[in-house]
Amino acid sequence: MKRFHVLTLIGLLLAGLTNTASAQLRVFACEPEWQALIQAVGGDHVDAWSATTAEDDAHHVQARPSLIAKLRRADLLVCTGAELETAWLPLLLRRANNPAVQPGQPGYLMAAEQVERLEIPTRLDRSDGDVHAQGNPHIQLDPRRLMTVAQVLAQRLSAIDPAHAANYAANLAAFSTRWQTAVTGWTDRAAPLRGQGLVVQHTEWVYMLDWLGMYRVAALEPKPGLPPSAAHLASLTQRLDKDAAMAIVRAPDNDPRPAQWLSEHIGIPVLILPHTVEADAGPAGLFALFDELIGRLVALAARR
Amino acid sequence: MKRSLLTGLAAGWLALPMTAGADTPDDLQTLKRELAALKASYEARIGALEARIKAADTPPPASLGHHTTPTPMAPTPSNNAFNPAVSLVLQGAVSSYRRDPAAWTLPGFQMGRESGLKQEGFSLTETELTLSANVDDWFYGQSTLGLHEEDGTSVIEVEEAYLDTLSLPAGLAMRMGRFFSETGYLNTRHPHVWDFADAPLTSQAFLGKQYGDDGVRLTWLAPTDTYIQLGAELLAGKKFPGGGDNRRLLGDNRNLFVRVGSDIGRHQSVRIGLSHLRGSPTDRRSGDPHAEGGNEIFSFDGDSKLTAIDLVYKYQPSNRRGFVLQGEYFHRDEDGVINFSNAIGGALLPYAGTQQGFYVQGVLALQPRWRVGLRYDRLWSDNRLAVRNNTSGESGATLLDESNLLGDHDPYRWTLMTDYSRSDFSRIRLQYARDYSRPGAADDQFQLQYIMTLGAHGAHQY
Repeated sequence: MKRFHVLTLIGLLLAGLTNTASAQLRVFACEPEWQALIQAVGGDHVDAWSATTAEDDAHHVQARPSLIAKLRRADLLVCTGAELETAWLPLLLRRANNPAVQPGQPGYLMAAEQVERLEIPTRLDRSDGDVHAQGNPHIQLDPRRLMTVAQVLAQRLSAIDPAHAANYAANLAAFSTRWQTAVTGWTDRAAPLRGQGLVVQHTEWVYMLDWLGMYRVAALEPKPGLPPSAAHLASLTQRLDKDAAMAIVRAPDNDPRPAQWLSEHIGIPVLILPHTVEADAGPAGLFALFDELIGRLVALAARR
Repeated sequence: MKRSLLTGLAAGWLALPMTAGADTPDDLQTLKRELAALKASYEARIGALEARIKAADTPPPASLGHHTTPTPMAPTPSNNAFNPAVSLVLQGAVSSYRRDPAAWTLPGFQMGRESGLKQEGFSLTETELTLSANVDDWFYGQSTLGLHEEDGTSVIEVEEAYLDTLSLPAGLAMRMGRFFSETGYLNTRHPHVWDFADAPLTSQAFLGKQYGDDGVRLTWLAPTDTYIQLGAELLAGKKFPGGGDNRRLLGDNRNLFVRVGSDIGRHQSVRIGLSHLRGSPTDRRSGDPHAEGGNEIFSFDGDSKLTAIDLVYKYQPSNRRGFVLQGEYFHRDEDGVINFSNAIGGALLPYAGTQQGFYVQGVLALQPRWRVGLRYDRLWSDNRLAVRNNTSGESGATLLDESNLLGDHDPYRWTLMTDYSRSDFSRIRLQYARDYSRPGAADDQFQLQYIMTLGAHGAHQY
């Protein structure tokens, strides 16, 4: 009898610890853009946290103890997928002892798997660099694809937390209206960019190019994920001239030297563009991201 | 994946009636008509496309070869879509020693059979084949087969073969099968992810290089923002530091461990661990190279308790640059008797000992692909030993000496390494160690090593 009491007590204690009675859904986002999108759709009913910031390279993250502890308590996991997080996410999932966010559960959502992907390789060979069998994972730079992910997110949140399904639907509707208006505005402003070419450092801009009707002239990385080499840069100076592209685009966290070097040699300006939202910027960060992207590109196009 | 399979099945099913029913002349007529209709429709579409191409006269330069062609969402279904992730690790080295590596010992320590140095010259240290997959929604399975040379023949060893639960509630998880025990930090890591070309002296002395055994592990992860993991292992205790023919239902070795980890600010993180492994080995034989021709056997019966404290600190200001500090301290208490036997007779050596050791290492990644590391190892022991019932024909002093438990010299070693990784999948390493494990002159040890991974991307374990 006494033993029974002790067991009950332990059980209650464990239950208490696990459900620390927070009404909010805990969401583990791998990248800040998904954190912002979840906040847009989930509103006050979610507590979203991002494992990486704009400064991090989501390919190379350590499966740190703190990340495991965070995932342990998550109700929903939202990542890019398409093998972007393949170096650390599988390990987190196995270590977090959390059945709710395992693949196949409603609590497991890979954004890139919800949309049409580009650059799906026809040949899988590691000598081609850091290739992703499921296509280019950097889908966050196309606002149309983001909207699709927002819709799926609303469905998932409703499935996990049916009590607030109406809230999620309302949030989605409100976000959708604002987003569509914004996208129309961006697309109109970006009209002069149509048909223009860019030299890029890494291949993460493809969805933005696809959206804006632009194209990639060349990449500074000889192969995706491999650092720009002197030989490859030299070959680019042979192939490209001043009019070959509008700009050399790199992300703030890229090594600045290769783009600078090429710019000095062929006379194309370097343009630093953000590729995700700032940490904890919330839904406003998503609007700010595309405002900035379009603003910088259009300003440069006007100067030419 | 599910969707693609369904689409594939649906397409196959739809296609079936058409091909299967084409036997009768009547059906042939229908088929011909359908084909004609198809042809007409294609011609119309091609015409439309040609018109569109003429209209859109702004082609991107084709010579540059970077097209962004949309491709269907679903990958092609295939029979091996459900095959496990396969990775093959190729490792090889060329080693050079000033002193004889075959006669390498650690005074004060009876080592496991796997302990020792790599052979001199070229060697394929180990080829590891790992297969892993989710079995179903309850279990994840993984197995690592190690292929290596033992006395001139190739041996396949099941290094690990375990199942992990995926769906236990309340932060619990269970592992069953054969796995590396959570003793210290490095023991659970496969040699290809080690930062140095060889094991620390502590692993050589206390764990037979690496301690893996058959059993079960239960872990619980606390629902807190600080990482707190508690775990217990029941292990058969057949391998060093266990030993003997253990037939107890729940095994002979017990291991308890706790791990605590946290971030410190944005760029730093730390993990501290404590573990305690205890067992009662019977007939635990040491792989002492002095056991002349295998005729002389030292085997231990008694109690063994091994406590380990480990610490890992990482400073990572950017994704490819950073510094890792790692250290482990081991403390072992043993109490029992060593049975000596040779061709003539035997002896009993009552033995009680305390052995300790640590290593500390720092690895610095300054350039994205280059790393340098420095490691210091040290071991010391306090063993009490006597000789009783000696019928072996050897003097007591000789037996004490050959037991290798008289630690009148404390082994230590300095190691320096540098490695280069072209990608996440390849690494080439050069290492130099100044080894004072044995009394007398220092041993200069050079190693040039490669580690290559084929297939699935291994996860970066913290």
